[in-house]
Amino acid sequence: MIDSSLKDIAAALRAKRISAVELATDSLARIAAGNPRINAFVTVDRDGALAAAAAADARLAAGTAGRLTGIPLAHKDVFCTEGVLTTCGSKMLANFTAPYDAHVVSLLKQAGAVMVGKTNMDEFAMGSSNENSHFGPTRNPWNTACVPGGSSGGSAAAVAARLVPIATGTDTGGSVRQPAALCGITGIKPTYGTVSRYGMIAYASSLDQGGAFARSAEDCAALLSAMTGHDPRDSTSLERDAEDYGRDLNQPLAGLRIGVPKEFFAEGMEGDVRAAVDAALAEYRKLGATTVEVSLPNARLAIPAYYVIAPAEASSNLSRFDGVRYGHRAADYTDLMDMYCKSRAEGFGGEVKRRILVGTYVLSHGYYDAYYIKAQKLRRLIADDFAAAFRQCDLIAGPTTPTVAFGIGEKSDDPVQMYLGDIYTVAVNLAGLPGLSHPAGFGKGGLPVGLQLIGNYFSEARLLGAAHQFQQVTDWHSRAPQS
Amino acid sequence: MSLSADEVRHIAKLARLELADGELAATQVKLNGIFGLIEEMQAVNTDGVEPMSHPQELAQRLRDDAVSETDRRAAYQAIAPQTEAGLYLVPKVIE
Repeated sequence: MIDSSLKDIAAALRAKRISAVELATDSLARIAAGNPRINAFVTVDRDGALAAAAAADARLAAGTAGRLTGIPLAHKDVFCTEGVLTTCGSKMLANFTAPYDAHVVSLLKQAGAVMVGKTNMDEFAMGSSNENSHFGPTRNPWNTACVPGGSSGGSAAAVAARLVPIATGTDTGGSVRQPAALCGITGIKPTYGTVSRYGMIAYASSLDQGGAFARSAEDCAALLSAMTGHDPRDSTSLERDAEDYGRDLNQPLAGLRIGVPKEFFAEGMEGDVRAAVDAALAEYRKLGATTVEVSLPNARLAIPAYYVIAPAEASSNLSRFDGVRYGHRAADYTDLMDMYCKSRAEGFGGEVKRRILVGTYVLSHGYYDAYYIKAQKLRRLIADDFAAAFRQCDLIAGPTTPTVAFGIGEKSDDPVQMYLGDIYTVAVNLAGLPGLSHPAGFGKGGLPVGLQLIGNYFSEARLLGAAHQFQQVTDWHSRAPQS
Repeated sequence: MSLSADEVRHIAKLARLELADGELAATQVKLNGIFGLIEEMQAVNTDGVEPMSHPQELAQRLRDDAVSETDRRAAYQAIAPQTEAGLYLVPKVIE
């Protein structure tokens, strides 16, 4: 049943062909059987899941259930969950039990979704491969020698491996779209400010945004619709009501203008990815859309600008980990300064330390204008490029990643090579736009390729609608890895 | 631009990160690789461009000055490394 669409699961729950407790039990059994192979979960909350499922069954019986009531769900371990371990993939928080729920977690609890566990991730959401987790790398269910992408790699792998039908993620520079692409599922990052960041452990606050994973765009729409809405506890939460992101699912694509950025099809993209992306664009044309070449001339600057802004904000956000109020404290130290330095050196992994160091430097006296302000100026140019492109088209399509999933260990020693893989995703975060990745076929080694759709602000329903129409005439999103 | 070993040591101190002598050289090489990538920014003329700090550029909201939270000191201190009598304990700072 977990392999079915949310609509079919919801119908089965209402027809009493299955109970929420049976669904949760099935998901927990799949995790027990499948997780040792892929390491997608840091924590499995069996007791919490069964209790939530029993409550969901009571709501179903009472007729007060919503469309996610009784649906098993996994949260990325970046979201605080009251009473449940929240590690953020770090030794720093390896024993941290959150004292409150993130807003997203509260909303999904209210909706009656059943959290079965917390998923593995790159430490503090810094990474593109999930290799930066203190709890070991998550493996790609399509080929366990390959990475699932990151930083929300555990969530993407869990959905791809059919352990859960839906999962949450966060996307600061591509951390929902990239693992969705590499694991062959659908993932959406909405407009910045749409999903509350309250209780979502901060990495780069002006870029961080919660998002949704599912196999199909239709299921992503259902999950995202339950995650959004204004939250006064997040000062950047937009004062907009929750929306039904499924409202455009059945809208035909005739007349839709899809912009294809020429810069995305230049050097760097592998031939297998290009072939799948070209075929997907042809499919969109068959559905009645037209494609038009657009230009994002500053796209190549997105990586350097991102790798200034994100580390700068990270160095500030992560200063809270001081070994005093929560998190790891070193066992031996001589004084307060030594306690800070040792606790942080022991608690953080290599990539997190590197980003803190980069951020500290670019914010330090004498360098602020040359780096941070310069990067923010480039951010403006990048956002302006998108605004100009959207005068010529309704949405933009291109590859999500330049290659299919790469091997574990292949890039882990070279941060610059790892960063360059984010070329198609980071610009979207800098501009604050919504972006989605959906399966578009397979490349080298039978590994999935993702197509990225980028929309103007608040066009999530349109993006999901286009992807849903594509998924009505293709079956890439229904293909499952061998387990 | 290239960071010297002393500069890396200084940044680590500012960031409150102990950096063992054995890690210094490798850290320096990786940071200089990253700064090599970042330097590409400097090739672009951004004179007169207004820096963009936030995608929506909204004014900061103010809330009413009213009590909105309950006292959860015990819950928050339960996860602290060391507390006593409702206080967080740290090494002695003032003699």
